[in-house]
Amino acid sequence: MRGIVKRFGDLVANDGVDFTLASGTIHALLGENGAGKTTLMRILYGLALPDAGEILVDGRRVEIRSPSDAIAAGIGMVTQHFSLVAPMTVAENVALGDEGGFRLDRRGARAKVVKASERVGIAVRPDARVATLSVGEQQRVEIVKALSRDCRVLILDEPTAVLVPQQVEALFNALRRLRDQGLAVVFISHKLREVTAISDEVTVLRRGRVEGTVTTRTTDERELGRMMVGRPMTGVARDDERVPGEVVLRVERLSVADGSALPAVRDISLEVRSGEILGVAGVSGNGQTELVEVLSGMRVPSAGTVVVGNVDVTGQPPARVTAAGVGRIPEDRHASVVRDLSVAYNLVLEDLDAYRRGPVLDEGRIRRTAHDLIDRFDIRAGPADLVGTLSGGNVQKVLLARVLARRPKLLVVAQPTQGLDVGATEYVRGQLLAQRGAGAAVLLVSEELEELLALADRLAVMYEGTIVGEFDRAEVDVDRLGLLMAGIRAGG
Amino acid sequence: MPLRFQQRAAPPAAFAVTLPLAAIATTFLLTAAIVVAAGESPFRAYQEFLLRPLSSEFRILEVLVSSTPILFTGAAVAIAFRAGYWNIGAEGQLLSGAIAAAWLGRQVDGWPPVASLPLLVVGGALAGAAWALPPALMRVRFGIDEVVTTLLLNPVALLMVGGLLNGPWRDPVTRFPESPRIAPAAEFPQLVDRSRLHFGFLLALAVLAVGWFVTTRTATGLRLRAVGLSPHAARFAGIRIERTLLGAALASGGIAGIAGVSEVAGIQFRLTEGISSGFGYTGIVVATLGALSMIGVAFAAFFLGLVNVGAGSASRVLDVPSQLGEVITATLLLVTVALLVLRRYRVVRVGSP
Repeated sequence: MRGIVKRFGDLVANDGVDFTLASGTIHALLGENGAGKTTLMRILYGLALPDAGEILVDGRRVEIRSPSDAIAAGIGMVTQHFSLVAPMTVAENVALGDEGGFRLDRRGARAKVVKASERVGIAVRPDARVATLSVGEQQRVEIVKALSRDCRVLILDEPTAVLVPQQVEALFNALRRLRDQGLAVVFISHKLREVTAISDEVTVLRRGRVEGTVTTRTTDERELGRMMVGRPMTGVARDDERVPGEVVLRVERLSVADGSALPAVRDISLEVRSGEILGVAGVSGNGQTELVEVLSGMRVPSAGTVVVGNVDVTGQPPARVTAAGVGRIPEDRHASVVRDLSVAYNLVLEDLDAYRRGPVLDEGRIRRTAHDLIDRFDIRAGPADLVGTLSGGNVQKVLLARVLARRPKLLVVAQPTQGLDVGATEYVRGQLLAQRGAGAAVLLVSEELEELLALADRLAVMYEGTIVGEFDRAEVDVDRLGLLMAGIRAGG
Repeated sequence: MPLRFQQRAAPPAAFAVTLPLAAIATTFLLTAAIVVAAGESPFRAYQEFLLRPLSSEFRILEVLVSSTPILFTGAAVAIAFRAGYWNIGAEGQLLSGAIAAAWLGRQVDGWPPVASLPLLVVGGALAGAAWALPPALMRVRFGIDEVVTTLLLNPVALLMVGGLLNGPWRDPVTRFPESPRIAPAAEFPQLVDRSRLHFGFLLALAVLAVGWFVTTRTATGLRLRAVGLSPHAARFAGIRIERTLLGAALASGGIAGIAGVSEVAGIQFRLTEGISSGFGYTGIVVATLGALSMIGVAFAAFFLGLVNVGAGSASRVLDVPSQLGEVITATLLLVTVALLVLRRYRVVRVGSP
């Protein structure tokens, strides 16, 4: 793959990526969430079309416009979400993907399943109904399905996410077997330990660009971790005078059970003081999203309390939470504005009761407020523009303006600069520091270590729903932080 | 050079005018085939459909009479849809309001109209809202899809009407399955001599005006729109979605209930099995065609009233079946829905890179 570029709106998911894959190797694609790993492989498998760049197979340029093009070129992919028809048998699922005739060749399909499962060295029963199989078994069916189409390249997107350790070992053995048969395997992951355990080569992606390609034998987890998250920025404009105020947010023994076996958040306690930024680090999917949802009033916790100032807001709806002085900058910024309403309406939506006379909206005051906030927060849009037409950076500024206009005591901020360009990123970070300076308490959840190191006074690391480590700014050890994020406690 | 659909950021403002016109033109092109199959010239047929109803004062008034119930139901559906509450049950809510009107209409004998008419209207609105309440509660409490529940209550309401008319309410004199005539005090006044146009038409316009004011000018209306456009963002901003949905559902049911009152007290003066010829369902067409705005609903209802009157005269004058009106209405709905989707796209040429 040469010079692959893919944009989603103003987010550049892949920015001139070169990726070379040799047969008979397991090649890991490593990077944080949103680094562009999956996008790159979706392009290779024809699930997404690149805006620029070319794909060469055996030195020849190929056009891959759909998965069937990819399959024809010998490429197979097991996506994170399986594409199996649950009520059908394994053999029927394999036959489904076959090109050609109207007749269903059950016997042929069954033979293919048997042959492919022998190749991988894992047993798959061709007549088992997919619905009765465990997730691990379904993954094997997906692999068998790809192999039965004679693929030479097998892409696995975060295959271990759904597996328990023993299954991971079985999968790794199968992958090694396939490699020894000459297959090229792409292993997408953000888990350092697995990458070093299974791969022959590693390509590290960061913010849509290739950070480097290395031979696994010549490197280690620490080195890869540094490549993945980048070094902390230097020379950040931030006065280091600590003004530790009173406690604004107190979270005690908070748990969130979401019905699955493992609670998303387990027994978390933390405090944030006025004039302080607490950074929450962690690889995505370790409970940060749920924690922020609880603090935002969007989710009811299963246990524990959340107190802001001296108001208990545990399990309260968003209106009560904001009334208690909480400003929220959500992770999913586009879903948190009403895209088909104007900038002005979105700016006042949290505080509508302040903008009406009787039942009637005070349009004049709404417009004045909007103009004022647009000026103050440098939003590049008019009050009447629909928010859906704004860039990601400007949507973020709308949310910031809406929140900061109410002078919150506590800011709950999640992934505030994800997908933003450099200018908008700096602006948002500057605003957060200004809030800290003005005495607000800030809880900042980010997957970007660089950002946390630049802004936070204290850092807490989340892994599998708990806080596995807390650091003061002065004593942060980047290497140890990275290992904690990857779930390795004794590291460093 | 292959063509591809590409999503556009926002549909151009001019579409508000051009889209309905394009929908109407496309519909007539599509239905022309049916007219030809019936052995008539499409040109003459459409002249009959669109121009003849406007050719005399009486016919124009008939168009207004014909639009009255669907002005109500169109507004009812539009308000619910605006909130993202898919009320398909305006038909049942209308019938519920009609039952209430037929009963109240016999209790108010000798009352002054200033007392009896408001009672009838409020009673019908409450009956319509009551019919809308169970599905709404099931939706906000248990997340049960209101499309199914509101729709399924329609035949229940119709069977209830049939049960009443073939049982306790059967006209004792004629033995027809019709309720006895309501008291004179319960009859809506006529607006024009020797025409069927009645007070219900003004009431419908008033409902539309209030609906327009609430949806476009009040904080409640903004909340309603926000919930309909993005429930997640609305909830995030602190809007209580359940309350908004419940309010929209009840308002919608209430307005549909008034449509029932208007048909009983303004046209039939009794409850009949055919009190609604699918006005609740036509309301969905009207609301969609009017892009869920109250002004749009007004235009759409008048247009469908026109087609309805036109279909009647066309079947008399020309050799086309009277169902052609319904065919045109249904085709218009399909075309409108298709265009509403398509307006979010533009066609671009893609060459191989």
